[in-house]
Amino acid sequence: MSDTTASPPPKIRVENLTMAYGSFVVMNDLNFDINKGEIFIIMGGSGCGKSTLLKHLIGLKDPAQGEVFYDGNNFTLAEDEEKLLMLQKFGVLYQGGALWSSMTLAENVGLPLGEFTRLSQKEIRDIATLKLALVGLRGFEDFYPSEISGGMRKRAGLARAMALDPEVLFFDEPSAGLDPISSRRLDDLILELRDSLGATVVVVTHELASIFAIADKAIFLDADTRRQGAIGNPHDLRDQTENLAVRTFLRRGEEEASQT
Amino acid sequence: MPEPDVAPTLDFRREGSGSLLLVLAGPWLMKAGPPDFCTLDKELQGGGVTRLAFDSQGLTGWDSGLMTFVLKCNDYAAEHDIELDYSGLPEGACGLMKLATAVPEKKDAARGEVSRSLFYHLGSQSIQLIEEARDILTFIGEAAIAFGRFCTGRARFRWRDLWVIVQQTGAEALPIVALISFLVGLILAYVGAVQLQRFGATIYVADLVGLAMVREMGAMMTAIVMCGRTGAAFAAQLGTMKVSEEIDALKTLGISPMEFLVLPRMIALCTMLPLLALFADFIGIIGGLVVSVATLDITFQQYVNRTVTSIDIPNFMTGIIKAIVFGVLVAATGCLRGMQSGSSSAAVGIAATSAVVTGITCIIVADAIFAVLFNIIGL
Repeated sequence: MSDTTASPPPKIRVENLTMAYGSFVVMNDLNFDINKGEIFIIMGGSGCGKSTLLKHLIGLKDPAQGEVFYDGNNFTLAEDEEKLLMLQKFGVLYQGGALWSSMTLAENVGLPLGEFTRLSQKEIRDIATLKLALVGLRGFEDFYPSEISGGMRKRAGLARAMALDPEVLFFDEPSAGLDPISSRRLDDLILELRDSLGATVVVVTHELASIFAIADKAIFLDADTRRQGAIGNPHDLRDQTENLAVRTFLRRGEEEASQT
Repeated sequence: MPEPDVAPTLDFRREGSGSLLLVLAGPWLMKAGPPDFCTLDKELQGGGVTRLAFDSQGLTGWDSGLMTFVLKCNDYAAEHDIELDYSGLPEGACGLMKLATAVPEKKDAARGEVSRSLFYHLGSQSIQLIEEARDILTFIGEAAIAFGRFCTGRARFRWRDLWVIVQQTGAEALPIVALISFLVGLILAYVGAVQLQRFGATIYVADLVGLAMVREMGAMMTAIVMCGRTGAAFAAQLGTMKVSEEIDALKTLGISPMEFLVLPRMIALCTMLPLLALFADFIGIIGGLVVSVATLDITFQQYVNRTVTSIDIPNFMTGIIKAIVFGVLVAATGCLRGMQSGSSSAAVGIAATSAVVTGITCIIVADAIFAVLFNIIGL
């Protein structure tokens, strides 16, 4: 939470973002910065608009109002060509992995490489093997997504998200549908990636264990007020914030129970 | 196991100062059909009741049958300012009631039937229609752009995908197209033979079958079969990809789903449908031939000669042009409905159904337009 002047612009800046489906407003007036190398968590109760916010950040939805900036460049208003260049710096892991079902794992990981680099088929294959090895899927290159388990699909999705060595990695509910141990391993993987690649990581989750384990900073979306709750390190938020909704959430409802 | 002949009972006992004791006895089970709430309602109509309590000493069993009754009591009590005392209920039932009443009813969440005026419906239908039209126009525009990029060699899709789709929509459709067109040729020959026999002109069955197959039925029957077979498949494939976020994954990579998914499907069907129609023409004529040779006094040679002289190139071309247009229509409706699909499994089903309905409608309408057009230009 530094307010130093003349520092480089934050990796991601969200300004006055209002999200809506038609006339139904999901969240009003979101404002926050995400710095380079930070692990940023978007948290909140079910249905509060966490995934919707993620879709706004990666350009799948257009804001009803407000803008998103990357490195100080306006992403929301960018022209197609410019947007395409910005998109190549993203890696997104979708909830179910979202692997292309007609392609093998190696082809899935290789597709972004084939589209955006001038590498030969063999080089692409080598990189795909490496990325799959990083997520513990060495030897599964020629499997189709339908032939592997849900947890493996998620890891393969992560391998694909890392294919272009992205500057920003987005995770949509990474621990959903994983057992506690796999979920823990994924958390470790996220930390490891941040440390070794220097990537900025944005995670949508409501898994408290993950939040406390990996987050540098977190934003709480309050479904009742339709505004952002508090922003900060989740440990600090739990102990210090005056926002009851945030405290209750981070203590798994114990605050509420002790008050009533 | 409660005896089936024992029925649950409900008795009332007044206990001074407006208190009413509900005496529950027997098995209060769902399948036993617990007493109706009306009886209590009637009792309460008498007035003067300020407190309700339960006596469940005689209860031999209970489940949700009891709970629904108690919940109704609860609602009634809340409405009429009556105090309700659960303490007489079995312990488990008390706990469940606490759960059921812990969160107050969300009044505005219940969805009642709201009656709207005719103008409301008219307006919302019109808006929907406009949006639908805009969706279709957007789709056509994007498809055209994608095709333009394909022609200039800049479209991004995998050639392997194209070949797989070509195989699925072309070679693998041969048996069903063969069966349908053979039968259509056969039917046409029978219908024609019955009429033409009266004039002793049975040889013209060959003209009838040949022209009908080449100009109309070959292209149309193939298109309808392909619409049910491939159009629905396209819609279901794309819809499922939408549900599993595969399309989102393409978009965030900056790959246009229009080029990557829709374009190869369109190209495959537009090239395969004319070829299939050609095949259908041939098989249909064989169908007519079989009937003629088997049941009419026509030899194989006569039939073939007659067919060859009756069909000329313009006739032939009208069928092929139609088939190309039908191919565009089937592929476009299938892909359009797939891309429009919502994000649930039910939505994918709707998309597939709607692809077939829209596709067949478009085919028939286009065929009618062709009939008029060809008549005008004299083909």
